Amino acid sequence: MENGQHAHIVKYKTFVVVLIVLLVFTFSSVGITQIDLGVYSVTAALIFAVLKSILVLMYFMHLKFDKKVYALMTAGIILLLMIVILVTFLDYLYR
Amino acid sequence: MTETMKQAPTPSFLEYQGRFKGIFAWIFSTDHKRIGLLYLYSMLVFFSIAATLGLMMKLELIAPGRTIMGAQTYNSFFTLHGITMIFLIVVPGLPAVFGNFFLPIMIGAKDVAFPKLNLFSWWIYIAGAFIALSSQFLGDGAPDTGWTFYAPYSFRTGTNMLPAVTGAFVLGFSSIVTGLNFIVTIHRLRAPGMKWMKMPLFPWALYGTAWIQVLATPIVGITLLMVVLERTLQIGFFDPSLGGDPILYQHLFWIYSHPAVYIMILPAMGVISEIIPTFARKTIFGYTAIVVSTLAIAFVGYFVWGHHMFTSGMSGVALYTFSILTFLVAIPSAIKIFNWVATLHKASIDLQTPFLWAFCFLFVFMIGGLSGMVLGALSANVHLHDTAFVVAHFHYIVFGGTGFAFFGALHYWFPKMFGRMYDKSWANIGLAIFFTGFNTLYLPMFYLGITGMPRRYYDYVERFHGPNIVSSMGAMLMITGLIIVITNLVRSARHGAKAEKDPWKGKTLEWTVDSPPSLENFEEIPIVTQDPYDYE
Amino acid sequence: MIMNDHTQIDEHRDDEGAKTGMWIFIFTELLLFGGLFIVYSVYRYLNPMAFHMAAEELDIFIGTANTVILLVSSMTIAMAITSIQLKRKRLTLILMGITVLLALLFLVNKYFEWTGKISHGIFPGSEILHQSSQGEILFFGLYYAMTGLHALHIIVGVTFIGYVMWLVKTDDVKYDDYVILENSALYWHLVDLIWIFLFPLFYLIT
Repeated sequence: MENGQHAHIVKYKTFVVVLIVLLVFTFSSVGITQIDLGVYSVTAALIFAVLKSILVLMYFMHLKFDKKVYALMTAGIILLLMIVILVTFLDYLYR
Repeated sequence: MTETMKQAPTPSFLEYQGRFKGIFAWIFSTDHKRIGLLYLYSMLVFFSIAATLGLMMKLELIAPGRTIMGAQTYNSFFTLHGITMIFLIVVPGLPAVFGNFFLPIMIGAKDVAFPKLNLFSWWIYIAGAFIALSSQFLGDGAPDTGWTFYAPYSFRTGTNMLPAVTGAFVLGFSSIVTGLNFIVTIHRLRAPGMKWMKMPLFPWALYGTAWIQVLATPIVGITLLMVVLERTLQIGFFDPSLGGDPILYQHLFWIYSHPAVYIMILPAMGVISEIIPTFARKTIFGYTAIVVSTLAIAFVGYFVWGHHMFTSGMSGVALYTFSILTFLVAIPSAIKIFNWVATLHKASIDLQTPFLWAFCFLFVFMIGGLSGMVLGALSANVHLHDTAFVVAHFHYIVFGGTGFAFFGALHYWFPKMFGRMYDKSWANIGLAIFFTGFNTLYLPMFYLGITGMPRRYYDYVERFHGPNIVSSMGAMLMITGLIIVITNLVRSARHGAKAEKDPWKGKTLEWTVDSPPSLENFEEIPIVTQDPYDYE
Repeated sequence: MIMNDHTQIDEHRDDEGAKTGMWIFIFTELLLFGGLFIVYSVYRYLNPMAFHMAAEELDIFIGTANTVILLVSSMTIAMAITSIQLKRKRLTLILMGITVLLALLFLVNKYFEWTGKISHGIFPGSEILHQSSQGEILFFGLYYAMTGLHALHIIVGVTFIGYVMWLVKTDDVKYDDYVILENSALYWHLVDLIWIFLFPLFYLIT
């Protein structure tokens, strides 16, 4: 078995860079919602949240370096949740 | 898993002496086979309680008016019958009993991936069962909402809802943990050479089921938690007077509980896919089609929950979508039926008891499935919603489908599990009575539903009397058959003739190990080269 | 727990399997919160103005501060894996310690935020809330339920990481056997991930 053979070691620097980007995104999302963009301000904040979560998943949670099956599963689960929300909204949007 | 084991004469898992003695050797055992049997025994207890409740309800309905119980008692009886049957028996049923016992053996492993977690899940199951059942005895009366706990009644009723809801929540965890264990087991512990497409169909079915368990159960978990918070803290999630939407509760509940139907039926289909080729002495027809349809059912089954809510006041678009998706999900189920029938075509069939159960399964499952199509059609549903027709339909699926497969599996794997054969003629007589009783019980309910008898009422008008008498007689006949079947098995587990390794001439891996298997199943992990149903 | 399972027969160790198990558990957690997100999105769609008004009651500063705290703690626990791979035990313990401290800081912030709200009479079932619009009742119900459940996960995560710190200290977790550390880190990132969505949905929709 391949126990203990986690070949890939992520550099400290990578994590620091990722953190800086995450913080920039955080402050940008706070900033952008202070400007009145109407309905789009929530959309903008959510886009930043999605970008942040992708970074966390890929780097902090090692999806970029692990077996591809984890990334596939994660994408599948997120897709599943999106479809469930969409199907639920078929009721509320047209009621 | 390649390390070779120390060679010694191996006692069977039933005789093996571990750290503990007596009952503790069972309830603290991390052996997947013992855990499977623990589930079997606990389910037998719960099943006899719930079946008795069912029989009492049918006796109440034998004549109009009050016969043996009043309205409130009847309400709490169908609630407890539902909760017990669904959450304690049918949902965990096949995966927890036969999945635990046979999944590792069928894929050539010594145990599941996380044996301690496996034992833990049984303990949660028992804890959840006791919490749920305590609702009957503590507080202000037994719950009367039905097993669906619909809002807002579930937090307005004065009865003792909290234990029932909490129990269901806890049982969900048990289900999740079992599913998680099975997914990792199948990913990591398949024997060398057993590629995905060489895996037998029962493990495949368990794989699909496990994903639903893992991905759907948390939704009902959080929903039930919200009901608990709503009852205790008055947070307005579903209370219309606080702005909540009760229909949203129905959405969330069925987002789990419809896939839960597939948690019940997928492993049943897996069992049938094992039994049929064994007794047909033929390779299963369309292995790939069965695998693909299993996964398709698991996936599409996630998006059809709305067909339980056709009369709730959903938007038209949602109604059409759910109706179309419901018809779509019937296709993969039908594919499987065709595969099984095609396997039987021109086969020299060995008419043994497990095969007869599988054969009856095909019959009742088709009635259940086709009546499901009737209910999936919007206009018919408006007429039939909440009538006895629905009750007949889901008993044909859940009891007829999963129940027949469960007993089929029990008769199929009994020699392997206990190392003894059962009395075949008594088994067949029991099945015949059970099957006759089953149809006498539920077929009239289709008719009652179409003519307008609502479900969940302890009373009815005079014109429904005739079919109800027939139905109640059927219930008594069915219970008689059930008693014969179970008594025969219990007796045979002690006194039956010793079973060979492969009494049915099966080809999957579980028939290559001892009956009953040794603690580690395999002396040497097998190397798989053949397809699972290689009879040529 | 999920990791470090040994059968009573053969002491078999499967790091990859333990990790797969953790990921599947994370999916379960995602869907658990997913249920709440469905409820949130439906009620927000039905009561856009009330949610807008109610969100003004929340302090963006505390929210942002807590986001920063969680992001930094997420980085330190991720770095702890690198440092254990490089056989630097002391640094691993320091990084994990920082994570735990930051998590506690998050909880302290949360405590003051909640007690502040409660002292203003905003809590489920309160007089003030019952006089507000139904949308606001729903918003605060969801606020308490979602941040409360999240805080519960923080507590579980801190306990988990604390336990792994003990294992690192006793050398039960070291450079060639650290899957439980990876799993605790994965769990911690999940907590972070959920907060990444809770933050804009509650604090930034004003």
